Amino acid sequence: MRYFTEIFQAIDASTKTNDKITALIEYFRKAEDLDKVWAIAILTGNKPKRPVKATDLRLWASEIADLPLWIIEESYYVVGDLAETLSHIVGNSDAVKQEEIPLHVVVTQLKDLFTASIEEKREFIQAFWRKGNKDENFVFNKLITGNFRIGLSKQSVIKALAIYLEREEKEIAHRLMGKWNPAKETMESLFSEDSLVSKDYLPYPFFLAYPLEEAPSAFLGNIDDWFLEKKYDGIRGQIIVRNSQVYVWSRGEELLTDKFPEFHILHMHLPDGTVIDGEIIPWKEGAPLPFGIMQTRIGRKNLSAKSLAEAPLVMVCYDLMEYEGVDIRHWPLSERRKKLLELINQEALQVLLIPSPLVELDTWEDVAHFRRNAREEFCEGLMIKRKSSPYETGRRRGNWWKWKTDPMTIDGVLIYAQSGSGRRANLLTDYTFAVWDGDLLVPFAKAYSGLTDKEILKLDKWVRRNTLEKFGPVRSVKAELVFEIAFEGINKSTRHKSGVALRFPRIARWREDKPAIEANTKEDLVAILNSIQQ
Amino acid sequence: MIQFKPEGIYCPQADVYIDPWLPVNKAIITHGHSDHARPGHKEYLCHTLSKEILKLRLGQDISVQTLAYNEAISINGVKISLHPAGHIIGSAQVRLEYRGEVWVISGDYKVLNDGVSAPFEAVKCNSFVTESTFGLPIYDFDPFEKIYADMNNWWQNNSKDGFNSVIIGYSLGKAQNILQHLQASDTRIYLHGAVANINDALRLSGFDFKGERLGEAFDRKKLNGDIIIAPMSVIGSPWLRKFLPYRIAVCSGWMTLRGARRRYGVDKGFVLSDHCDFKQLNYAIKETGAENIYVTHGYQSIYAKWLRESYGLNAIEIKTMFEPNPLEEIEEGL
Ligand SMILES: [Zn+2]
Ligand SMILES: [Zn+2]
Repeated sequence: MRYFTEIFQAIDASTKTNDKITALIEYFRKAEDLDKVWAIAILTGNKPKRPVKATDLRLWASEIADLPLWIIEESYYVVGDLAETLSHIVGNSDAVKQEEIPLHVVVTQLKDLFTASIEEKREFIQAFWRKGNKDENFVFNKLITGNFRIGLSKQSVIKALAIYLEREEKEIAHRLMGKWNPAKETMESLFSEDSLVSKDYLPYPFFLAYPLEEAPSAFLGNIDDWFLEKKYDGIRGQIIVRNSQVYVWSRGEELLTDKFPEFHILHMHLPDGTVIDGEIIPWKEGAPLPFGIMQTRIGRKNLSAKSLAEAPLVMVCYDLMEYEGVDIRHWPLSERRKKLLELINQEALQVLLIPSPLVELDTWEDVAHFRRNAREEFCEGLMIKRKSSPYETGRRRGNWWKWKTDPMTIDGVLIYAQSGSGRRANLLTDYTFAVWDGDLLVPFAKAYSGLTDKEILKLDKWVRRNTLEKFGPVRSVKAELVFEIAFEGINKSTRHKSGVALRFPRIARWREDKPAIEANTKEDLVAILNSIQQ
Repeated sequence: MIQFKPEGIYCPQADVYIDPWLPVNKAIITHGHSDHARPGHKEYLCHTLSKEILKLRLGQDISVQTLAYNEAISINGVKISLHPAGHIIGSAQVRLEYRGEVWVISGDYKVLNDGVSAPFEAVKCNSFVTESTFGLPIYDFDPFEKIYADMNNWWQNNSKDGFNSVIIGYSLGKAQNILQHLQASDTRIYLHGAVANINDALRLSGFDFKGERLGEAFDRKKLNGDIIIAPMSVIGSPWLRKFLPYRIAVCSGWMTLRGARRRYGVDKGFVLSDHCDFKQLNYAIKETGAENIYVTHGYQSIYAKWLRESYGLNAIEIKTMFEPNPLEEIEEGL
């Protein structure tokens, strides 16, 4: 595992994407095939399940280091990452060099631990720690706890693989879709020319629109070259019909077929070799329902007839990638759309597959106006797609743009701060905000981002000096600072004291001009909620 | 005998403060870092080797009295002496004795010998005031030889690849340690103005560190896989562009943490510290034989609890206005 540790460190330490990719290509050239498969899985977030509980790991580390458990807890609050904390606690840097155990062997041994007794688990893990140096122990702990975030996107791994295998990126991306089992794959089964045939469940990599940062009139040219569609807030998904089977994938590459029984009849109406891209949303009487309704439904383990009736789902379809078993992603969008409409224009599909309606507007000024008032149109903005565009992979500039309407905002008072993780560990960057309910402050949102690095430093300092109480990693602070919180959606919630749950809350700006008493109230939140859900 | 007041640590019998925050009449200064040596006091008392640094930072006209290590004076019956703290050049622990009771206020200190500052000496006492900047078991520093071996590898590789090496550390303390380590190498070394200023001040006290000041007229074409030493403040500033192509490393105890390393966005972090790690703290405190330990500056509540539970000491957390973290260190580097 030494070699994987080295490459892991190199990628982690580097701040430049190109250096990371170069290091990874180097790794692929040198590592053995079985290790490569695991490395690809791990680095693309296809992580194995935890064979041991975090609490056990802490306990075993405290035994090895001869330290009380509480000081390990406190250390964990400071570091913000369990794997790293434990590697410092147990890692002796002058350890005897561990004999090389290949990555795939370590991972297999960890997998075997699932069926082992607690004593065997303890023995195995402590033995590894005793022999490993700090760096190896860190990677080892990461393998156990999962969550390998090292600033390397899946797209970068794909790029490195494409260069190493001398293949096209989109081909590699296609083969790495979904959650595949690294224990059952080889480099051959993953990437050889004919390996796709047996994988009829595999979706295409999604093409993602780029956010538009300025008004489109300036640089998108003639409006007639573009399709305009409403941007709905649902689950981006892909419906696949192949060999009389239906598969539904989410953009997060999860197979969600079971969650959407509505779609199970599609193989009776669509020909084999059909792949449709669209937005899955709850829909009733010709209009979308709030996103929260679907969230509740997705969360359910068992779907009752009642919940199906309450939140009937449709797919708003906007693209067709495969037609009669042929990959047509290189066709112009206008042609793909024409075929799509032909396919789904059937009586039986009318309440299931809805063609994404085109918004007909004559000028970019009209587009800007529509976008400003998007919420009244039951959408969150516009998608702007070039009529001649092919279906690309990943997020790219040029052919597909999304132009979201401005977020909603509310002013909240900072009441709790907590240290962040990763890049922000050891800095107090996770904040909780509250609104007034009479003379009480009720929390309504947590936000992690939106401030500049400078502001984060300034706020961190303020929090340290204005801490009222500490509960583990959380500090309550003087109710003094006001922040404007932006969010994308708002729903009723019985779980939150404020009575609402926000979608994607983030800090829009620090309102240094406002005293706490002028922050918004719970009534203000309810007013926004009501205005949206009319 | 000693009180913890808003102005700082105070000895009423002698009417002196140690490293006070707010302006006072008489201040004993443990060392020249800006979180200890504050401006505005009427009289300063410090170690001989701190004098020029204080004058550089606080003004040439301040009133400074100096002591050598182990040299004692008496103020109103209180015997006061300074002892090596091993933190930076001139850093001292302050020993105060009155009617048989002994207190030691250690300021910042480290047990490991950096080869530049006078090595730490444990001083027996009844009450010991300790910092706890790195008072958690996750801080477990490697010996200096190992870190410097890494550093040599790093800059030599950079040189080979045609890169300059920018090494970031405190201008007072770490910069001199690094220069001392590089003294024997034949590479060319350039210094940021802040570092060169400190070196000039130290020259007045008889130190001679190598390195050429980077002035306005500096010709960047001269650079060819060389070393530049600079304080934290240059990270992310346009000043660095002059040295392209370069690779950049930060030297700090905080580099233990992956999150801190990533936050700086630098190519390399060396865990090089002028403070004690957890083991050094434990060792030093045991060596003093003190039964009362006052813990400041860092993870005080956690570390005090550790001392009570593990060693049965009477350890008390002292709340300070200033909780050090990577950010404070940036300021100190200025
Ligand atoms: Zn210091
Ligand atoms: Zn200090």
